[in-house]
Amino acid sequence: MEKRFEIENKRLGEKALELKKRLENDPSARTDPMEYMPGMERINSDIMSKVKSGMDEFDPLSYSAKDVKAALERQNCTINDFMALLSPAAEPFLEQMAERASRETSKHFGNTVYLFTPLYIANYCENYCVYCGFNCYNDIKRMKLGIEQIEKEMQVIARSGMEEILILTGESRAMSDVKYIGEACKLARKYFRMVGLEIYPVNTDEYRYLHECGADYVTVFQETYDINMYGELHLLGHKRVWPYRFDAQERALMGGMRGVAFSALLGLADFRKDALATGLHAYYIQRKYPHAEISLSCPRLRPIINNDKIDPHDVHERQLCQILCAYRIFLPFAGITVSSRESASFRNGIVKIAATKISAGVSTGIGDHENKYEGTHLDDTGDEQFEINDNRSLKKMYDDIGDEGLQPVLNDYLYV
Amino acid sequence: MDDNKDENKNDNMDDKLIIGGHEFGSRFILGSGKYSLSLIEAAIKDAGAEMITLAVRRANTDKKESILDYIPKGVTLLPNTSGARTADEAVRIARLARELGCGDFVKIEIMRDSKYLLPDNNETIKATELLAKEGFVVMPYMYPDLYAARSLVDAGAACVMPLAAPIGSNKGLCTKEFIGILVDEIDLPVIVDAGIGRPSEACEAMEMGAAAIMANTALATAGNLTLMARAFKAAIEAGRNAYLAGLGRVLTRGASASDPLIGFLRD
Repeated sequence: MEKRFEIENKRLGEKALELKKRLENDPSARTDPMEYMPGMERINSDIMSKVKSGMDEFDPLSYSAKDVKAALERQNCTINDFMALLSPAAEPFLEQMAERASRETSKHFGNTVYLFTPLYIANYCENYCVYCGFNCYNDIKRMKLGIEQIEKEMQVIARSGMEEILILTGESRAMSDVKYIGEACKLARKYFRMVGLEIYPVNTDEYRYLHECGADYVTVFQETYDINMYGELHLLGHKRVWPYRFDAQERALMGGMRGVAFSALLGLADFRKDALATGLHAYYIQRKYPHAEISLSCPRLRPIINNDKIDPHDVHERQLCQILCAYRIFLPFAGITVSSRESASFRNGIVKIAATKISAGVSTGIGDHENKYEGTHLDDTGDEQFEINDNRSLKKMYDDIGDEGLQPVLNDYLYV
Repeated sequence: MDDNKDENKNDNMDDKLIIGGHEFGSRFILGSGKYSLSLIEAAIKDAGAEMITLAVRRANTDKKESILDYIPKGVTLLPNTSGARTADEAVRIARLARELGCGDFVKIEIMRDSKYLLPDNNETIKATELLAKEGFVVMPYMYPDLYAARSLVDAGAACVMPLAAPIGSNKGLCTKEFIGILVDEIDLPVIVDAGIGRPSEACEAMEMGAAAIMANTALATAGNLTLMARAFKAAIEAGRNAYLAGLGRVLTRGASASDPLIGFLRD
């Protein structure tokens, strides 16, 4: 397989370098991505097989313009319609898809756009995911915020007016254990109306603990639903275990979380199949847990530190827009988040069609909000996970959304 | 009493909507689904709303745009419990609304389905009982089921609020027959909530004897908000007047004989 992502790290010791090379070049050095590691809970859910069989059935080239037109005319979008809308045959119908998506968004969400910001509290990672800036072999400045530093960052963000926060860590249980993340959640509840988590997948009892600490929303990116490709890209660490990651949202709901978010990182594998799987994953979870709040993200690959060549491959803005419209038409009630990976112009346009939530005032680095928000110069910050594209502040974003005739919303949430 | 001698029915000027002992001149209530300053303005000025729903979860904000800032004095706030999945959660949200200074009215919305947002009647009955005991004026959003409506009456509700169609759908009076049963059987005001998309549907519900109409999406998504607000006001008043007047007969078949069929009877 062509190496799209792998990069050199000259500071690695001999043994580490040898293992890295072996993992990259010798599939027999890797574990089976379907095999659980000790301590990983199994919930024996039926959802995985449903999503997999949906993916197997989906042949993007088998759809015609007629199928797409029928899908757009039908009041309730079926799974087969969703497939048609994701197919290449739908590309000439993008404007019609956007019109339908825009009507659905307006019906369910009015003209509101929710704003939030992510807070990375640590960038240590135990996994070797070849495309990610935090991967354990990438030579970046690592950092984990202490509790006082976390509180200071939260105060800076809260001063900007933000009311919803998404707490993120690199995926390292050793450096960022559940207790540490729980403490961050407790602090966040002091400063914010809504606290979400985007961390490594954990067991049900741990989700329950984090929920009790104040988190109410869990986002897990599956990255790709193509298990073979997943195995080629996630070479080492607990993240290599695909099914444990797949069941994370269900465990989060079993642990009492109110909402869950789904995503594939577009550009890693066949994006149409990944988009289908993401939509089906959310669809089947909602059927099984009808009270759950469901949302979708739609990130594309971005350049990382030490590799500025990473790009979203064949997923251009048109394709991204097609996927977002298909998501909206298939799951009209689901929240859709568009990240700061995308440009300001794309985000301004897509909130009028399908997106309901966007981030503002974003940093994917560690401990640098004071630098970025208030101009204080601090040297001691950790490196970023990926390059952002839209770096608008909360105030700028708030005003821009208003100028587009939409209603920016900082909070629509109650802890009960 | 002969209907025509019922002062309340005959004199339209005195025809008030009474909920929990409070009087309202308007029978249009603005829902909370989609909000903006222009919608609230149109609802008050053009549709004549005297009661406006407020999602507590949205009012619960520190800064910037709180819907509370939009509501003029003299308009009654109707905080709702949207976001609640159980009776306990609804009770907590209602108490929070009271703490926020929203008064004693509360609209109970309990949904355990994020897709259709259909109300859970069982949990709604439980919450109604708890909140009525705490002195709230409880206005429960419900699926139009007669048994549930009776239980809500017993639980201390101030009205019942059956849905006409799925919320936000603008699909009109899909549950017409069942709302009709509630109007016939329930002594509290029956306020049609959710699904009304056109003024004519609001008018029809009022003709049937609904006490008021709650709407939001029908206005919020209209081409001209101000005109649509006026249209709803006129339709609701027309429907109410028709109800008060007593609808004329509708023949199911044939024509009416000008001479009575029993005119031959002599003694």
